[in-house]
Amino acid sequence: MQAVASMSVRVRPAAGLMLAVGCVLALAAVSLFIGVADMPLGDLIRGDGGAQAIQLLLVSRIPRTVALLLSGMSMGVAALIMQMLFRNRFVEPTTTGTVEAASLGLLVVALLAPGLPIFYKMVVASSFALGTTFLFLRLVSKIPTGSSLVVPLLGLMFGGVINAVTTFFAYRYDLLQSLATWTNGDFSGVLRGRYELLFIAGGLAVLSYLAADRFTVAGLGESFTRNLGLNYGRIVALGLAIVSMVSAAAVVTAGTVPFLGLIVANLVSLAVGDNLRRALPWVAVSGAGFLLACDIIGRLVRFPYEIPVGTVAGVLGSGVFLFLLLRRRARFG
Amino acid sequence: MIEIHNLTKRYEEAAVVDNVSLTLPESGITAIVGPNGAGKSTLLSMMARLIAPTSGRVLVDGLDVQATPGAVLAKRLAILKQNNQVGMRLTVNELVAFGRFPHSGGRPTVEDKRHVDEAIAYLGLDDLRTRFLDELSGGQRQRAFVAMVLAQDTKYVLLDEPLNSLDMKHAAAMMKLLRRTADELTKSITVVIHDINFASIYADHVVAMRDGRVMLEGGAVDLMQETMLKDIYDTVVKVREVDGHRLGLHYL
Ligand SMILES: Nc1ncnc2c1ncn2[C@@H]1O[C@H](COP(=O)(O)OP(=O)(O)OP(=O)(O)O)[C@@H](O)[C@H]1O
Ligand SMILES: [Mg+2]
Repeated sequence: MQAVASMSVRVRPAAGLMLAVGCVLALAAVSLFIGVADMPLGDLIRGDGGAQAIQLLLVSRIPRTVALLLSGMSMGVAALIMQMLFRNRFVEPTTTGTVEAASLGLLVVALLAPGLPIFYKMVVASSFALGTTFLFLRLVSKIPTGSSLVVPLLGLMFGGVINAVTTFFAYRYDLLQSLATWTNGDFSGVLRGRYELLFIAGGLAVLSYLAADRFTVAGLGESFTRNLGLNYGRIVALGLAIVSMVSAAAVVTAGTVPFLGLIVANLVSLAVGDNLRRALPWVAVSGAGFLLACDIIGRLVRFPYEIPVGTVAGVLGSGVFLFLLLRRRARFG
Repeated sequence: MIEIHNLTKRYEEAAVVDNVSLTLPESGITAIVGPNGAGKSTLLSMMARLIAPTSGRVLVDGLDVQATPGAVLAKRLAILKQNNQVGMRLTVNELVAFGRFPHSGGRPTVEDKRHVDEAIAYLGLDDLRTRFLDELSGGQRQRAFVAMVLAQDTKYVLLDEPLNSLDMKHAAAMMKLLRRTADELTKSITVVIHDINFASIYADHVVAMRDGRVMLEGGAVDLMQETMLKDIYDTVVKVREVDGHRLGLHYL
């Protein structure tokens, strides 16, 4: 009797998740067939002009769609992990200086070792991100806990200071244009050979599921974590490492999308709660779906021109965010 | 047995726990009482290795808490702190299940599920199982935390003011529950408590603290003396006998 009850409880959420995955795949399919260059499905199948269409698909369309999927999912996961470690609902890599630090790292590489392979650029960027985020976490734990909005406000200021330094040097050395592309997500330039590092971010997002319980416990606070016999410092280190590498991968490829992770993580929390075993897959899927949808909208609204995905996400995101602030206490299924 | 040897905690020279030595028994209820700022919570946190002492040692069944791996200690000793601000949306069931983590490592067995069910039933939370913590009242949340700690099923349980925000019915029920748990499962439960009358009725062993020092280590009867209470709390408390229990009247 009891076994049956717990079975049905376990099956239903999984079914919901499968449905969500289906929706995201459908969006991905749509995303493949939108673009300035015409690529009728018929051509692909029949074969006349097919070689060209396949070429387009392989070089540009598939990379773009895959990059969106990987970015969306890893940014959502990174935000959720950060929210557990900071014990604050309003943090994510763009509200804690993490992304700004990664950009600074990338700028340093661009100035000192411009020929470095992109993988090593990412390594440098993620170590900048890691150091800075760790510093910020220490800073936050020193200030008395007040309103939960203080932390992201402080983080935005902190990021602003780092960004000022970065901008100063970027200006001096004529790199302002590159700088802009690192933080404002834009997937129109994604081509084969220029986005593959995102697979590392996606892989980390998937791997973080193995530590889901640990992150949830860390979200209960240091005392609870120690009481349960877990090493709090080690969980924080692991989480920050994941967050930093995800942010760095985003910065060196298509750029980050501000607030995407924050919004997705909050929506999922409202719907299914904060048990990361359950929430992480949802955040990954919704993050990917949300980013794909924003990108598709950005490509359709002023066709054949494109609106950057960051702008669309910003507009949609602020709407969702308002809804969140108002609905915060409401209970979902 | 928990042995505390010359335990001291200083914050900027001021000793908030001052050279305390105590022995807490293998089973039964120990009540720690004393005025605000006496150092009760600090003592409890050091016993559970949540904060490091400035000097001194705590041994739990002979294991030094500072040197023993956290995972080993977590099967022997559990603590619930005084203020638990948890903003997370976990259901009562999920929270209590996390209490089994030291045993299950995240892969709950039938045995783990049984402990969770029992703890939830014990604290009268059956109807609230699927509710998120942020949708509970303060007292309901407090009971959920206690259920989590009980599900951990450790021989030693340290509770810092577990009666916090409980109403009369639930406060008495909680003490009865702790009494039953201590007796039936032979556990050693240490509670920090402000209501001396609960200590008088339910505790086997009382430790009274003031200014970081132990004023009394003895039975409930030793605590419930007007001169003793005056020394501890610096206020007049009349003690009367009602139905065989000594009760303090501090309202007068
Ligand atoms: N982190 C800290 N830094 C400095 N002083 C501290 C710190 N933590 C506690 N104290 C001081 O130590 C003393 C003992 O605090 P503790 O929390 O142990 O008291 P308590 O007996 O539990 O009091 P209450 O009944 O109010 O809970 C207090 O004077 C407190 O101000
Ligand atoms: Mg206290």
